[in-house]
Amino acid sequence: MSMTRGILAYGAHVPYRRLDRAEISSVMGAGGGRGHRAVASFDEDTTTMGVAAARRALGALDNTTPDALWFSTVAPAYLDKTNATVIHAALRLDSTIPALDFGGAQRSAVGALRAALTAPGRTLVVASDIRIGLPTGPEDGGGGDAATAILTGSSDDGPLLAEYLGGATTTGEFTDRWRTPGSAYSRTWEDRFGEQAYMPLVRQAWADALAATDLTADDVDIAVVTGLHGRASKKAASGLGVAVADDRAATIGNAGAAHPSLLLADALDGAEASAVVALVVLADGCEVLFFRTTDALAAGRPTRSVAAQVDDRADVAYTRYLAWRGLLEIQPPNRPEPNRPSSASALRRTDWKHGFVGATDRTTGITHLPPSRIGIAGGAVDDMDPAPMADATGTIATFTVDHLVYSQSPPVVFAVVDFDGGGRMPIELTDADPAEVAIGDRVEMTFRRMFTADGIHNYFWKAQPARG
Amino acid sequence: MASHGILDRVAIVGMGCTPFREHWDRSLDDLLIDAHGLALNSAGMVKDDVDAYWYGTSQSSASGISLATPLRLDNRPVTRVENYCATGSEALRQACYAVASGAYDVAVAIGGEKVKDGGYQGLNAFPIPTDGTNRTLTAAAMFSLMLPAYAERYGVDEDKLRYVVAKIAEKNHFNGARNDLAQFRREMSAEAICEMAAVAGPLSVFDCAGVADGAAAAVVVPAGRATDYTDAPLYVKALSLVAGDGSGLVDPAFDFTTLPECVAAADDAYAQAGITDPRTDLAMAEVHDCFTPTELVLMEDLGFSERGEGWSDVLDGRFALDGDLPVNTDGGLKSFGHPVGASGLRMHYEAWLQLRGEAPADRGVTTLDTRSRALVHNLGGYPGEMVSFVGIWGTEKD
Repeated sequence: MSMTRGILAYGAHVPYRRLDRAEISSVMGAGGGRGHRAVASFDEDTTTMGVAAARRALGALDNTTPDALWFSTVAPAYLDKTNATVIHAALRLDSTIPALDFGGAQRSAVGALRAALTAPGRTLVVASDIRIGLPTGPEDGGGGDAATAILTGSSDDGPLLAEYLGGATTTGEFTDRWRTPGSAYSRTWEDRFGEQAYMPLVRQAWADALAATDLTADDVDIAVVTGLHGRASKKAASGLGVAVADDRAATIGNAGAAHPSLLLADALDGAEASAVVALVVLADGCEVLFFRTTDALAAGRPTRSVAAQVDDRADVAYTRYLAWRGLLEIQPPNRPEPNRPSSASALRRTDWKHGFVGATDRTTGITHLPPSRIGIAGGAVDDMDPAPMADATGTIATFTVDHLVYSQSPPVVFAVVDFDGGGRMPIELTDADPAEVAIGDRVEMTFRRMFTADGIHNYFWKAQPARG
Repeated sequence: MASHGILDRVAIVGMGCTPFREHWDRSLDDLLIDAHGLALNSAGMVKDDVDAYWYGTSQSSASGISLATPLRLDNRPVTRVENYCATGSEALRQACYAVASGAYDVAVAIGGEKVKDGGYQGLNAFPIPTDGTNRTLTAAAMFSLMLPAYAERYGVDEDKLRYVVAKIAEKNHFNGARNDLAQFRREMSAEAICEMAAVAGPLSVFDCAGVADGAAAAVVVPAGRATDYTDAPLYVKALSLVAGDGSGLVDPAFDFTTLPECVAAADDAYAQAGITDPRTDLAMAEVHDCFTPTELVLMEDLGFSERGEGWSDVLDGRFALDGDLPVNTDGGLKSFGHPVGASGLRMHYEAWLQLRGEAPADRGVTTLDTRSRALVHNLGGYPGEMVSFVGIWGTEKD
């Protein structure tokens, strides 16, 4: 029997914050619409969201590590320097596991997924995007921020949640949407141009994909159809002759490079076993991929579904959202901006900084955060075991709200956290309402961008109210 | 561990303190020259009488040269001292040990800070390259962590506790209003402070030490020669310093209702001085009220209140000018202002005035009939990781 390839695990990250589109028109007098868009918090970027999605995907597995990590985004935190290496460090992957960026275009993300599904080994394919539009423009309200991670592999690697059945691809060159390096937002040609350019490419890819997999449209239980050209995507969806999944426009917005795998994750969250799921992506051509879910899906889903994350949210004011994205400059506290972190020190302490690994004293059992060569009791020197704490949960022992300290989004909520099973850390809280925090609250850890200084993003961990 | 102390072996024979202000028209050098001159005048000395200097500044300048140059010292040893906000007391401690050792006959401890040239409100730490994982919280927020913890542990309503610490600010403003050298010389009611906007936890800016420029200095000589310079020297009874190991930020057993470094320093100092009941042995105390919750917790850590009763002792007025044990009679950091390197010496300056009966009549303590010793407590750092100094001084030799 030939080896089957497919999806071993998947996970999505939808940020906690939402923008109510009605607020756009009430502030600006134009734009907006109905529903909400997902908004990356001020301390999230495409890399940190990728970490969140990857942790969720790998969290559903027991000790299965990827052979490669591929990260795709059109809003990279760095150029020249690889962003996937930050995710690699946060996941504490071995240095022999390659981490690569697939950057530049929307198409890279779904292209990376296709490549991983046909390549040997286990590949963690992470896609992440933050969609910025000019205020009142279509992507201002219609865009969304999210990340996904899909672990591809073969049935030899573990139970596949969905088998990859094959697909087809078409490519076309037309300047319907474009953005030059350095610009935060895209521009587009008139709507009807893209629609007529895309439709032949969609029809051909769909027909080729059905032929390649010996499927008919009747075999397809649900299709996920997406692309940044909304009109063409709708037209494509209606022409397939199959049931089409909710595109999450009303609750998340179009999350660009992350959206195809986000909708695929959403479909897998709800699919029965043995269902055929089509992924149709309009991006400078058309990608069609077919999957068949397995009996393993029910037990292999991530702990938090896309739908659960859609429901767990808090609104952010439009003006604050604009400030987070750098579209509105607001007065910071009159304190010095932080210094750039030392790259030399950060490398020495990468297990701590990126992996949140403390140290547990072998004699006393006391966990030290940050790691320490000499313990607070017992007197032993260099007698500690690594204590990975990224997945630990804890309880707030005491807390405060700091309106004076420098922050991109004051005030700073700060808590002393006592971790279950040992370890204490005074640490910043994020995605928390200052008025709701209380002693005894439960928290979990999340990888965030603390600040950026001298162009260096300072990544570290924060606590957030436990969401599971 | 041995801590023998140098009971009655050295004495302060002169002190000086500049006004603590936003000294837009005075440089650090100006302030140091003024404090130095005031201290030497007070001891009846001239510059050439001084053998050695310990110069405390947290971040306003570096090395002994930055004191030797403005004072134009003639080949004298000058040691620059830094120990966070306890820098001033640490300079004095080192000067005392140098004299006690016999190495020098006359030593000056001087501390100064120029905080208002930086362009930001509040104090800001000197940036040291790190891996970027260190806390960036303000000191106000770090100390505000103690309020909910204290309320939880002792079952005190949080709003009531907020009022209690505002009463501490009210007391210190009352005292500062009677002190010409203080930065803030206006009384403030606890009610008005409670109505102010919160900046760190429930704390308002009026729960925080004043940010001021200033300098202060002390002249130290062997006890046997003290009366050559003054009729009323202050003899050292105890000098203690503890640098915490930071365990409070690691150990879940630490509950943010106490400052263990301060307890340890106080225990050591009381042993050195032979003090068994600080509440009745001390005529007054200057303590490090960097933020109002700090003074509350210190009342318990220094043994002035029973555990969990500091808040009610505050409400009872036990630490007011006319209370059982007056605390921060000069207005404290709250009202006098906090030029970091100078503050520890400023606290000693108040003990110097009070024990010698030289404080103005409207803020003089009434405890001197039966008591002749004062305590100075000076800390640097944050709950869970701090240095703490406790010194005890007296007008009588034991």
